[in-house]
Amino acid sequence: MSHGLFRTEWVAGEPPDIHHMDVPTAYDAAKLGMWLFLATEILLFGGLFAAYALFHWAYPTEFHHASKELNWKIGAFNTCVLLISSFYAALSVDAAQHNNNKKVVRYLLITLGCGLIFLVVKYFEWTGKASHGLFPGTSGEHGAFNSPEFNHSYRMFFGLYYCMTGLHALHVIIGMAILAWAANLARKGRFSKRYYTPVEVGALYWHLVDLIWIYLFPLLYLVG
Amino acid sequence: MTSHQHAANPAQNYLNHPKGVWSWLTTTDHKRIALLYLFTILLSFFAGGVAALVMRTELMFPGHDLVSADTYNRLFTLHGVLMIFLFIVPGIPATMGNFLLPLMIGAKDVAFPRLNLLSYYIYVIGALFGVAALANPVDTGWTFYTPYSMDTGTSVVLMTAAAFILGFSSILTGLNFIVTVHKLRAPGMTWSRLPVFVWGTYATAVIQTLATPVVGITLLLLIMERLMGVGIFDPKLGGDPVLFQHMFWFYSHPVVYIMVLPAFGVVGEIIPVFSRKPLFGYRIVCLSSLAIAIIGFVVWAHHMFVAGISDTAAIYFSIITFAVAIPTAIKVFNWVSTMYKGSIRFDTPMLYAMGFVFLFLVAGTTGIYLAALAADVFYHDTYFVVAHFHYTIQGGAVIGLMAALHFWFPKMTGKMYNETVGKIAWILVFIGFNLTFIPQFGLGMEGMPRRYYDYLPEFQSMHSLSTIGAYVNAFGYSFALFNLLWAWIFSKNYAPANPYESLSLEWQTPSPPPTENFVETPIVTDWTYGYGTPLKSGAH
Repeated sequence: MSHGLFRTEWVAGEPPDIHHMDVPTAYDAAKLGMWLFLATEILLFGGLFAAYALFHWAYPTEFHHASKELNWKIGAFNTCVLLISSFYAALSVDAAQHNNNKKVVRYLLITLGCGLIFLVVKYFEWTGKASHGLFPGTSGEHGAFNSPEFNHSYRMFFGLYYCMTGLHALHVIIGMAILAWAANLARKGRFSKRYYTPVEVGALYWHLVDLIWIYLFPLLYLVG
Repeated sequence: MTSHQHAANPAQNYLNHPKGVWSWLTTTDHKRIALLYLFTILLSFFAGGVAALVMRTELMFPGHDLVSADTYNRLFTLHGVLMIFLFIVPGIPATMGNFLLPLMIGAKDVAFPRLNLLSYYIYVIGALFGVAALANPVDTGWTFYTPYSMDTGTSVVLMTAAAFILGFSSILTGLNFIVTVHKLRAPGMTWSRLPVFVWGTYATAVIQTLATPVVGITLLLLIMERLMGVGIFDPKLGGDPVLFQHMFWFYSHPVVYIMVLPAFGVVGEIIPVFSRKPLFGYRIVCLSSLAIAIIGFVVWAHHMFVAGISDTAAIYFSIITFAVAIPTAIKVFNWVSTMYKGSIRFDTPMLYAMGFVFLFLVAGTTGIYLAALAADVFYHDTYFVVAHFHYTIQGGAVIGLMAALHFWFPKMTGKMYNETVGKIAWILVFIGFNLTFIPQFGLGMEGMPRRYYDYLPEFQSMHSLSTIGAYVNAFGYSFALFNLLWAWIFSKNYAPANPYESLSLEWQTPSPPPTENFVETPIVTDWTYGYGTPLKSGAH
C-alpha cells in the first residue's frame, strides 16, 4: 500500500490512486474542502469589509473625497481583466471534462496572463498613490498625509484601501500559483473526464478571487 | 454492532511499521500525526505550566518576591498565549480528534492526509515564531488589546504572527475533519449513529473553520497597524480600539467552545462505557453540541460589557449568553441520567469524566454571574473571571484531555497503565485544581483585580492557598502523565483490543491499530451505545 508523502507514479487521464477512498469520494471531498476554504476566505475578508462599513458610516464625507483620489477607470479596467480571466478559468474546466489537455493549458495561460496584467496595473496604481504621499505611515515632509487637507479619516480610507487591495493581490498570486500547478499537470496530459479535480478546485478558488474584487471595486472606487 | 472480523497480525501496527524517525516526520497516517501533535502540545502545556507556577510563587506573599513587575506582565501573557494558542486549541481536536475520528467512523484516514501533516508543520512554524518572540516577550496579555498592543515595545508583531499561523493550522484541521465526517463514514454509519465524540469534534471543526479567519484578519490588521500605522484601531487617527475587541472576541469567544466541545464528546464516550448504560438522550446531546457551536458565534460582546458598548447591545448579548446555559445544561443532565442506576466502575477515565462534570458545573454556574449585566460590572477583570475561566478551560478542556488520554491509552499504545497511580494522580489533580481556584472566586468577590503583580495584605491567605493548590495541581498532572509515559515505555502489561468492553468502532480493531485502521472496512448496523449488561471481565 503506497500512501507516502510524495506520490509520483500516475497514468495519463486516470485519477491518482488514493489509498483511503474511492475516486468519486475523492472528487467530492476535494470540492467540499475547497468550498469550505472559500468560506474561510470570505470570513477573512469579512473582517475588512466590516471595518470598511464601520468607518464609512463614521466618516462618509472624508471617504467620499478620499475615494476620488482613485482612478475609477483603472479600477474598471482591472475588473474587466479579472472577469475575462474567470471566463477562461471556467472554459479550462470544460476543456478538461472533454479530455482536451491542450485547451486546458491554453485557457489557463490566458487566465494567468490576465492575473499578471491585473497585478502590473495594481503595482503602478499603488506606487503612483504612494509617490503622492498617499501611503499610511508616510512621515516625509511632502507626504500628503501630513498636509492639513488630508485629515485622519482620509488616512483611514487609504489604510483600508492598501489592506484590502494588498490582501486581495496576495490572493491573486496564490490563485495564480494554484492555476500554474494545474496548467503544468495539463501540459503532462494529466486530465480527462474521469479526472479533472485540480482544474476544477483551482478554478473555484480563482472565481472567489475575482468575486472579492467585484466587491472591492465599487466599495473603494465608486461608492465613496 | 459491527459485522467485520479482525485478523490482523498484532505484531505489525501503526507504531512499529514503517520504522525510523524519517517515517514519523513524513507520515500521513492520522494516528501518527496525532502523536506528533500530542508531544508538541504537551511541551507547550509544560512550558505554560512553569510560567503559571512562577506567577503563583510570586503571588504567594504580597510585594516583590521573585520576579519584577515587568517580568510578571510578560509571564501572564506567555502563560495565556502558550496555553490557549499552542496547547488547548489544538489540545483535543488535533490529538484525540486526529487519532479517533477516522477510527470511530470506520475510515482508513482523514479526507486529506497530506493536508493533515501540513497543518502539523504549520503549527510547528507558528510555535517557532512564538519562540522567536521570546527574545523580547510580549506584555499585553494574551488578548493583545489595542491601543496598548500598538505602543508597547515588546515583540507583538512576532507573537501575533505566531497566533495567525497557528490559526491557519487550526483552520486546515477543522476543514479536514468536516470533509472526513461528511464523506468518509463507513457503510451504515449514519449521522444518527455517529459517536458523540465525532459530533463534538464536528461541531468544533465548524467553529475552527468559520471563526478562526476573523481572528486571522484581526491579528493581521494589528500587525499592519504596528508596521504602517493604518489607523483602524488607533484612536489618535480616528480609529476604534473597541473594534479590535469586537473582532478579537468574535473568534475568541467561539474558541472556548473549540476547547470544550471535544471534551464534552470525550465525557459522552466514557460515561456510558463505565456505567454500562446507553447514553441518555443521545440525539439531544449531539444536537446540543451544534447548538452551542451556533449560539457561541453570537455572544462575543459579553466580554465587553464595561468597554463602552451600548445598553441595547449589552442587553442582547447578556440574554443570548444566558441561552448558552440551555444546551450545556442539557448535556450535564444527560450525563448524570446516563449514570443513574448504571453499574458504575470507578476506573481512572471515569474519575476524570465525573470530575469534569462537577468542575464544568461550577464553571457554568459562575458563568451566569458574569453574563448578568449588573453583576459583571463588579466581577469584570477580577480573579472571579480568572477562576471561572480556569474552571471551564482547565476543569473542562484539560480534564477532558486527561480523561481521553487515560481512556484511549490502551488503544493508542497497546499497553495498560498502573490504575492505582492513575487514581492517586487524579485525586491530586482534582484537589489541587479546586484548591487553586476556589480561593480565586473568593479573591474576585473581595475585589482583587486580575493581572496584578502586588496585592493588599488582607488577600494573602487566599493567595497563599491558591499557590499551594497550584503546586499540588502541577504535581498531579506530572504524576499522571509520568504514569502514562512509564507504562508506554516499560510496561509489560499489554492491552487487549477492547479492555473496557466498549461498543464503539475504534475498540473493534487491535490495540494498537494496524496502519490501515481496519483489516476490512466495517459495516455498521447499530448505534454506538447499546450497553445493557455489566462488565463480564475486569479491565486489569
